Amino acid sequence: MTAKEDKIKQETRRILKRFGRKRGNLIPILQRVQRELGYLPREAMLEIAQFLGITEIDVYGVVTFYNQFRLNPPGKHSIRVCLGTACHMKGGYITLDAWKRRLGIDLKQTTPDGEFDLDSVACVGCCVMAPVTVIDDKPQGKVEPTKVDGLLLAFGLEKEGKVSQ
Amino acid sequence: MKVSEPVVSAFQEIKSRAQSHWQELWNDSRAVILVGTATCGRAAGALEVLETLRNEVKKQKLDCPVIEVGCLGHCYAEPLVIISKPTYPPICYGHVNPVIAERLVRDFILGDDPCLEFVLGALEENDLVPSLLDFPRAKYEKKIILKNCGLIDPEQIDHYIAGGGYAALAKALQMEPAEIIDEVRRSKLRGRGGAGFPTGQKWEICRSAPGKPKYVICNGDEGDPGAFMDRAILESDPHSVLEGMLIAGYAIGARYGYIYVRAEYPLAVHRVQVALKQARREGLLGRHILGSHFSFDIRLFQGSGAFVCGEETALIASLEGKAGIPHHRPPYPATKGFYGKPTLINNVKTLASIRHIIENGAEWFASIGTEQSKGTAVFALAGEIVNTGLVEVPMGTTLRQVIFDVGSGIPGGKRFKAVQIGGPSGGCLPESALDLPIDFESLSDAGAMMGSGGMVVLDEDDCMVELARYLLEFTQRESCGQCTFCRLGTKQMLAVLNDFTIGKGKLEDLALLAELAEDIKAGSLCGLGKTAPNPILTTLRYFRDEYEAHIMEGRCPALMCRELIAYYILPEKCERSCDACIGTCTVEAISPNKQRIKVIDQEKCVKCGTCLKSCPPQYSAIVKLSPPSKVPVAKMK
Repeated sequence: MTAKEDKIKQETRRILKRFGRKRGNLIPILQRVQRELGYLPREAMLEIAQFLGITEIDVYGVVTFYNQFRLNPPGKHSIRVCLGTACHMKGGYITLDAWKRRLGIDLKQTTPDGEFDLDSVACVGCCVMAPVTVIDDKPQGKVEPTKVDGLLLAFGLEKEGKVSQ
Repeated sequence: MKVSEPVVSAFQEIKSRAQSHWQELWNDSRAVILVGTATCGRAAGALEVLETLRNEVKKQKLDCPVIEVGCLGHCYAEPLVIISKPTYPPICYGHVNPVIAERLVRDFILGDDPCLEFVLGALEENDLVPSLLDFPRAKYEKKIILKNCGLIDPEQIDHYIAGGGYAALAKALQMEPAEIIDEVRRSKLRGRGGAGFPTGQKWEICRSAPGKPKYVICNGDEGDPGAFMDRAILESDPHSVLEGMLIAGYAIGARYGYIYVRAEYPLAVHRVQVALKQARREGLLGRHILGSHFSFDIRLFQGSGAFVCGEETALIASLEGKAGIPHHRPPYPATKGFYGKPTLINNVKTLASIRHIIENGAEWFASIGTEQSKGTAVFALAGEIVNTGLVEVPMGTTLRQVIFDVGSGIPGGKRFKAVQIGGPSGGCLPESALDLPIDFESLSDAGAMMGSGGMVVLDEDDCMVELARYLLEFTQRESCGQCTFCRLGTKQMLAVLNDFTIGKGKLEDLALLAELAEDIKAGSLCGLGKTAPNPILTTLRYFRDEYEAHIMEGRCPALMCRELIAYYILPEKCERSCDACIGTCTVEAISPNKQRIKVIDQEKCVKCGTCLKSCPPQYSAIVKLSPPSKVPVAKMK
């Protein structure tokens, strides 16, 4: 076992201490582990299965059923393009294309430098600001291709330490 | 009704404490600022406005509380700020930014200039400022569920109680459960989740079902894209939902409740958590509520983002820690639900209506609305409509009144084309259906459904085929995969629709679509599959000509489907000295030719439309052409 895997196991065990050993806690546990580790590594899922006394495939089945859970590490910044009805009709798919083009990655991927990960979300309920992109939990309204460039420019400047967000 | 002394005195104590806090806040000597910080406000920059206001008030050393409130419903004018200053009516300001916020503090609160140029409207009639009540929408709006939204701090239980909150609970605790159920039944309230099942009947079934403990679940898994009513209510007035759950719990004899909120709504999750904590602190949750024999507790559960979990049996499966796969009904959850026990599942808006029914009586509620559908309907207006936002109107109001009077119609002088109601399970209704009164029956007769209340308005630039394809893509992706027709049938339909939008459709496919739609409806277990074909069936019924244009001419009449359009710069209109489009093109596909007329390289163009928006209106040189073969060949290079 590598040191990293061992660390994940330790972390998961620590988080599990807050929960009772019943199946009904599976989703809250997964949410908590993902919140703290950023994603659900294999080792964490194995630990959880053992803790709840259920098969590993049961955990994996639930993880892959729901849109919220991710199996790979997130980037430093999360980009979530809303593809609800209002956003779609106002060009959300064009915005998504712009993100993909600029970041050079596809949905559910992370940029090689680990800065950004890209995903879509079914609807964040800000339909009046369509098209919406949620960046690090903050919904940004009216994100069109030019605003994608602007937002990325702001991240770039921030990284160079020129401005603070 | 028997009067229970302990309940009356316990509630009186809580209420008088809340009222004195409320009066302390609104004393006559100072101004109070309310900032709408629901998610829609935040997306528009409300948090920056809030911070500016707080800093400025501090800097000026003013005694002026700045309070966060929820959503007032006028989302088109976010961020919203309401200032209540002695001798002035409470005034609502729209489109506030940090600069305006600073001015409001300096000029209005410190000075005496109410900054009329930024006013959206006063909250009450007065001689100084135009009132929101004079807006055309005020004639149709009837706020019952949304009464508190945007006017109280959702994180202060005192605000809710001072405004009459939890009085219905105190009243209910002095009634017999059967009396409460009778009241709800006589009010003719129907489930607001979309299907419209009579709420009183559901409660009765659950009450008389054998088995203990019983559960109450609030379904806040608002997964329909284009809907945000439940989010707004949970973010703006969470206690109204908790109170409904408590009354339901008492009426059916439940001990525990779960409030199921989508994890994609982090602010709603947070505000519900705060509300639960405060209710527990006041003795409104937990053991022996208000000194009565009734004990009830509510837990929050975060939904993990699966549309199918809006279906009640799937929701229960996910609460039990499983994948959200629906099972056959009957048995209905009301008799055999969460862990096999009788479980009452109601939508957020249904539960938020309960307190008003208990307080004002069944007759009052039943006097609002139509014969079959009582009370009000809450709609989230979005898409191509001037006044996007949240509205509550009596059932029976027509679609035309909601879209054109409440929502002020279509922006930019465009023509109305359709309204998409009820999300991916609903339908698209054309202009001819606009005079339908909104209620459960008339909408389903027209092929749509009430759904949970999302209303996306579409204009002439929106393609109905693409919309149908999008909605089906959504349901196809969200299908849990259990029923063959839903899993494979929707995939087949999607393949056909995909072909249409890229100009590879065949006319005989239209019949295939209709056939598949019927099979999917018949062969699916749950509402997701049964309603998945609705958007296709309604668009086929009302907009067949658009399908035919795609198939036969490879043309998208709305100029939306990207494979079927091309952007083209009209050489005779292009201004030689203007380079706006070159600068904005995101893929550097535009360059000037020798005459400095701009030309689009069709190979490079990704059809994002940025150039068209950037072309100054006095030139309007960029157009969309469909089919793309209309672009003159000589100019392609």
